[in-house]
Parts: sequence; structure tokens; C-alpha cells
Amino acid sequence: MSLLEVNNLSLSIHGTGILKQVSLSIAPGQIVAVTGESGSGKSMTALAVMQLSPNGAEIDGALQLNDLSLLNCSEADMCALRGASIGMVFQEPMTALNPVNTIGDQVMETILIHKAMPPKQARARAEEVLTRVGLPPDQFPLSRYPHELSGGQRQRVVIAMAIALRPKLLIADEPTTALDVTTQAQILELLKGLVTEYNMGLLMITHDLAVVADMADQIVVMRHGEVVESGATGHILKHMQHPYTRMLFEASGHQVSLPEPAKSRPLLEVTNVIRDYRLPRKRLFDTPEHHRAVDHVSFALNRGERLGLVGESGCGKSTLTKAILGLEDVQGGTIRLDGQLVFSGHKPNLAVRRKMQVVFQDPYGSFNPRHRVARLVTEPFYLLDSPPTGSERQDRIAEMLTAVGLTPDDMGKYIHEFSGGQRQRIAIARALIIRPELILFDEAVSALDVSVRAQILDLLAELCEAYDLTYLFISHDLSVVRTITDRVMVMRAGKIVEEGDTESVFSDPQHQYTKNLINAAPKLPDIGQIVA
Amino acid sequence: MLRYTLKRLISLMISLAVASVVIFAVIEVAPGDPASFMLGVNAQEDTLAALRAELGLDVTKVQRYLNWVGGMMVGDFGTSYTYRTPVSQMITDRLWVSLPLALYALTLSTAIAFPVGIYAAARRGRPGDLTVMGATQLGIAVPNFWFAMMLVLIFAINLPWFNAGGFAGWDKGFWTGMHSLTLPAIALALPQAAILARVMRSSLLDILGEDFMRTARAKGLSRRQALWRHGVRNALIPVLTIIGLQFSFLLAGSIIIEQVFYLPGLGRLVFQAISARDLIVVESVVMLLVFAVITVNFLVDLAYAAVDPRLRSRT
Repeated sequence: MSLLEVNNLSLSIHGTGILKQVSLSIAPGQIVAVTGESGSGKSMTALAVMQLSPNGAEIDGALQLNDLSLLNCSEADMCALRGASIGMVFQEPMTALNPVNTIGDQVMETILIHKAMPPKQARARAEEVLTRVGLPPDQFPLSRYPHELSGGQRQRVVIAMAIALRPKLLIADEPTTALDVTTQAQILELLKGLVTEYNMGLLMITHDLAVVADMADQIVVMRHGEVVESGATGHILKHMQHPYTRMLFEASGHQVSLPEPAKSRPLLEVTNVIRDYRLPRKRLFDTPEHHRAVDHVSFALNRGERLGLVGESGCGKSTLTKAILGLEDVQGGTIRLDGQLVFSGHKPNLAVRRKMQVVFQDPYGSFNPRHRVARLVTEPFYLLDSPPTGSERQDRIAEMLTAVGLTPDDMGKYIHEFSGGQRQRIAIARALIIRPELILFDEAVSALDVSVRAQILDLLAELCEAYDLTYLFISHDLSVVRTITDRVMVMRAGKIVEEGDTESVFSDPQHQYTKNLINAAPKLPDIGQIVA
Repeated sequence: MLRYTLKRLISLMISLAVASVVIFAVIEVAPGDPASFMLGVNAQEDTLAALRAELGLDVTKVQRYLNWVGGMMVGDFGTSYTYRTPVSQMITDRLWVSLPLALYALTLSTAIAFPVGIYAAARRGRPGDLTVMGATQLGIAVPNFWFAMMLVLIFAINLPWFNAGGFAGWDKGFWTGMHSLTLPAIALALPQAAILARVMRSSLLDILGEDFMRTARAKGLSRRQALWRHGVRNALIPVLTIIGLQFSFLLAGSIIIEQVFYLPGLGRLVFQAISARDLIVVESVVMLLVFAVITVNFLVDLAYAAVDPRLRSRT
């Protein structure tokens, strides 16, 4: 007897079909993972089960929780079910908690709103569940506010809220996507433990197939609002039928082959770099303390080499990136590009700046929406003393757009006409157009769907071949760094703790932290051979 | 929280000190000697000197500044050049009208704006919301003296419920005083309420889109419960800012309404003092208003911290 039965669920918003005939079922104590790329309707399925679909949604089909038909429930009935019988955990722990209420109040609210126990007992239960999720009250008193906790700790609070009343069904929508790998491993372990302990059903929404393969009993693969394939995890991994499923798995473990790096002299030399941030004064006339974000970092990047920089959030990799780009001055040490200082005095050196370009993470936020592609792509020309004009300029734009897999006709369009992957191609074209000696990729593929990510990685490999790129690839995603770099550095708390050839660092890590990182990262099962 | 309060308090002191210097300097720059202005061009030199000594004008500028500030500390604002009465007395009399009027109007506008703003936000895009948006648009566009005249026409002339103007004074009892301030307070409050309701609405709409509102719904809170328990408090920060600005405006900016209702308020005092070049009165009233604005900002800062714990821990 299944706990949740979704049968031929269809959902449309103002007449646009979002879900088409979705069916899945979850038994008590079972983990069902719904996976697919963005826009596949996986989150909408979760919201439909909660009956929290956006305004204007029309739902058709059947949603059965035990003997209860959810679609026939009134809003008041659903309020009684939400939080009590169905708990939900969301993706973004940083914003999922009310910033002005204490964590104790927020966990207790789940209990009190359902009038499940008197306040005193509710408090005891809140302490109990917070202890269960790893936040014991002696270290994390109920009077803490969300901003006093880290992302992983906040996600634990969200989970505590969701399980406070021991719901039969827990829905987790990308619960670890915003977290670091080591934190992700802990949260996944916690969820698995809770499922066994409370005999809950867990409906887990995630785009990460490695997590899916690791956690789920059942897999449901969705695309464009439809279930394309579903079944027991072991079975699907061995005998996946649908080409889309295969494509997803292949793209997730996508490997590229880079051309051999040319042996040559150093291009970028970072020597003993220190970057301090001033902390707010503790008392009015105290000398303010400093946070050392980058701590005596030294490395060299040779011309033609592809160097990776990995580390968890807050380790200082973005700060180091900003220093290399000359966006922020450093408090100690030197950064030289091609022998010239990036900072001369305390001013960025423009002669050096024009030799570097950067591609950022967010393909949506990093373009001015009111400019056409031609103008966006040619922005780095401002760095040149005599930028190309007229037909030469047009030729350069056309060449670059072609090189990144778009067409010259695209130069007259606006950025909103492109998908995320296409925008990232435009960002790469913008970085390449002045033929920089060094490119920095700051989490450049992290926001992309796996299939698009695979294409961008292929593009990078092609461009390496065609333009002899030298780049620094900054990412938290170990599998991507492993395939797209020759050498890698592991950064932790402002220091580089390990450095070496990518393959040897990954296959034989020396530093304990590197080992932890690699162990914590969920691994894709070896399906490459099966599919091939 | 204590540290936050102390920091704000120190910043308040510094602002006041800077403001007093600026005000004194600006008034000093204004041409003309008050003594010769009072006595006319044909005054005798020794009479002028005597008057200057009487007015405290015969010492250095620094000394005069210190005298002025020191006097204000103990409630002595000097003597009006034109009326020859203590400025502190004049201001106190007017403040007893303007301050209650400002508070009355602010209370009314908040009492109207909060429910209306929350109502509109909860019904975004539906007829209730559209009606509120239309009404508030009108409230902002129509000047308050027009409201004042309409109120007089309806509630003082057609319906004899209120007096058309004048102030009965507090010595006849609290309610009599409040009664005569009611129509002006409403006229002042309506446009303010319209602005405040819109700020409340848009601030709340921003909050309604936040992730934690969805979390609240997932816990089992109804739409209404989520709005009241998690929405309103988070929406207050921008609303408090506007309330602070409105109070300052209501205290000093109600001169037209005071004129319409014949109220002996601060606005009219400043107006008369400026016309008569009674600089010491202008100086004192301006300083008082600066003091009020800075104090209100201080209170708003404290209210921010009370609403948002993130500000408390930021030292």
C-alpha cells in the first residue's frame, strides 16, 4: 500500500500546460527522487502535492495520500495536513527562514499552529527535533536568529520544522543544491536517517544525478512536464531505456579531452598574496579586527596551462579572483601578469587589465538587458587604445559568435532572447574578443543544466584547441574541474592546502581536507560502459 | 542592543552639535543688525548700544554662539526682537498646539494606512486592491487644504459637529482640545495615510514573495496567518522610515492647515517671525525642529532594531 499516489496529474497555469499526466508513488520508508533539468516540472509536482501551486493553476488527475484524495480537500483541510502529515524542505536555506523570528519560535510554530501540544511540550519537542537534526540546544539555543547560523545549520532548522510533527511524507525540493559538498553529504545522511527512523516517505526533487543514484530507491525522470522514465534505482541505472535519461547520465559525467598544454614560462605569478577585510569594531574606540580572506597565497600559472581552483564557500577563492582581476587591492604580496604588476601603487594597471577577461557564474545577471549582443560582446574594446571600427569590428563580432557556436545574425538581438547556455556562450565570446592572455572562469558552468554544461565544456575544449587558451577555472564542482583542467589547487580558509596535476590530486589526494572533499562529493555510478 | 542604542545616541549628539553651528552661522550671515532694525534708522548711537547689550549682541560671535546654546540647554531661548517676550514661552505655547496636532494626525494616518495597506496587499490585483490603489492615488494628488475646506463645509457648516476654526485651549479639558484639533488632524492625515498605505502595500507584497512565506505555508499556516505572523513585521522597516519623515513634516509643515483652521501653531509662528525678521525666533524654532527631526530619526532607528534582530547584532 503506497503512502502517496500521484496519478495522471496534469497542471496548467492560465491555459499553459506545465505538467502532463505525471504518475508516481511513494511507499512509507521509501525515497523517491524526481529528477530532470530546469523547466521539467519537478518542483511544480512537489508544489502540486502540497496544493501550493501558483495562482491560476488548474489541476487534473488524482493525488492520493493514504486514503485521502488531496484534490478534494478544502484549503482548510490542506492547512491541517501541511506541516503535520506532509512536511517540506526547500532549496535555499538562506532565505527559507523568517529573519525576524528565533529558530525556536519557528520550529515551535509548526507544532503550535496545528494545536498538537501545549506550548511547554511544544518547546520540549522543538528542542528534541533540533537535537535530532544536529543542533543541540546547549550549543544552539532556541533563542538564536537565522542570521546567526550558517547555510547548513539553517537547512537543519528547516528540516527540524518539517519533521517536528513526524509527517508521513517529507518533500525535499533540491535540499542540498545551495550547500557545499561536505555539508551536502551531512544533510543527505540526516535525511536518510530520518526516513528510516520515522518510516517516512521522502519525495526528493534534485537535478543532481549523483545524489539521486546515491540516495533514491526509485527514480522518476521528468522532461517538459512529463515523466519519461521511472523505476527502481538499480534497474534504471542498468537498463535505462529512454534516450533522455541516457543523455542526462552521460552529460552528468561528461568528460572532455584537452589538448596537451604547451610547456612554457609563467604567465600569472601570484606571490605571498594577503587580502584582509576589516571587521566592524567590537567597541566604539577599539582598533577594528581583520578577517584574513586570502592568507599568503603563492602560485604560478604557465602560458597555455589550464589551472583549477576548488574550495568550499568562504574559502577565499572569489576574493583571490577579484585580486587577480585588479578589482580589489591586496594587503600584501604581488600579482604579476606577464611580468607586470596588476596593481601599480594602489591603482589597477590598465595595461595589464586588458590582458585578462572573466566569465561569471550567473548567465542571467551578468549582461545589461538594454544592450544588443554586438555591444555586449564588444565591451572589452574599451580597454584598447585603438579598438577596431567599422567592418573590422563587425568581422570580429561575427568571428567570435561563430567560434562559440552562435551565428553572426545574433549580434542584433537582445539578451533576453537567449537561453542560459547561449548566454554563457555570449559571455565567453565577450571574454575572448580581445584575445586576452588569461581568462578567469568563476563558477562559469555551475548554474547550467547538465546537458548545457556538457556543451559548454566541449566548447571550452574546442576553444583551447583553436586559441591556445590559458585559464584559471574556479569552481566548487570537483567533477567539472577534474575534466577541464591540467593542474588544480585546493583552497581552504584562505590557504592553498594542496596543489598538483589534476589527475594525481584526484586519484591520490595527500591533504586530509582534499580527501574529505573528494569523499563527500556524491559519485555517479559507472554507467558509461553500460550506456555505450 | 545597548551598544546599538549608545552608538545611535552619540550620533544624535554629533548631529545636533553640527546642526546648531550651521544654523547659527547661516542666521549670522543674514545682513542687518537686529538692534538697528528694531529702533529704526534714526536711532541714537547710545540707545543702540544699550539695546545691543540688552539683547546680548555686544560680545564676540563665538561667545554669542555659546550663550545661545547654553541658554537653550536650560530652556532659555532668548527674547523675541519684535514681541519683547521670551522666545521659549512663545514656542511652548505653539508647541502645545502643533505637537498634539502632529501626533493626532500621525496616529490617524497610521491607523488608516496599516489596515488599508495590508488589505490591498492581501488582495493584490483584485477589485479591493484596485479600489485602494485608486483612492490612495487621489489622496496623494489632492492637496490637504482642499480636504480641509471640504471637511469644514461638511462637518462645520452643513453638520454643526465641529467648529470651523480656532483652538479652544487645553484648559477647557482634554477632549475639548482634541475636538477642535480633529478636523485639522483629519485633513493632515488623509494624504499622509494615502502615501503610507501604498508603502505598506508594496513593502508587504515584496515580503509575500519571499521564500520564508512559502515555508510558513508549508508548515500549515493559512494565507492570512502567514501574512500576519511572518509578513507584517518584516514589511515594517520601509514603513517606519516613512512614518519618521511624516512626523517631521507634520510638526513644521502644517502651516497651510493652521492658516485654514486659525490654529496658533508653530508653522504660523515661523511665518510671522520670518516676515518680521525676528531672527532669534526663527533661529530657535529651526533648531527645535532640527532637534525634533533628529530625535524622531533616533526613535525610528531604535524601532528598526526592535523589529529586525539582524540590526541589533550589527555593532
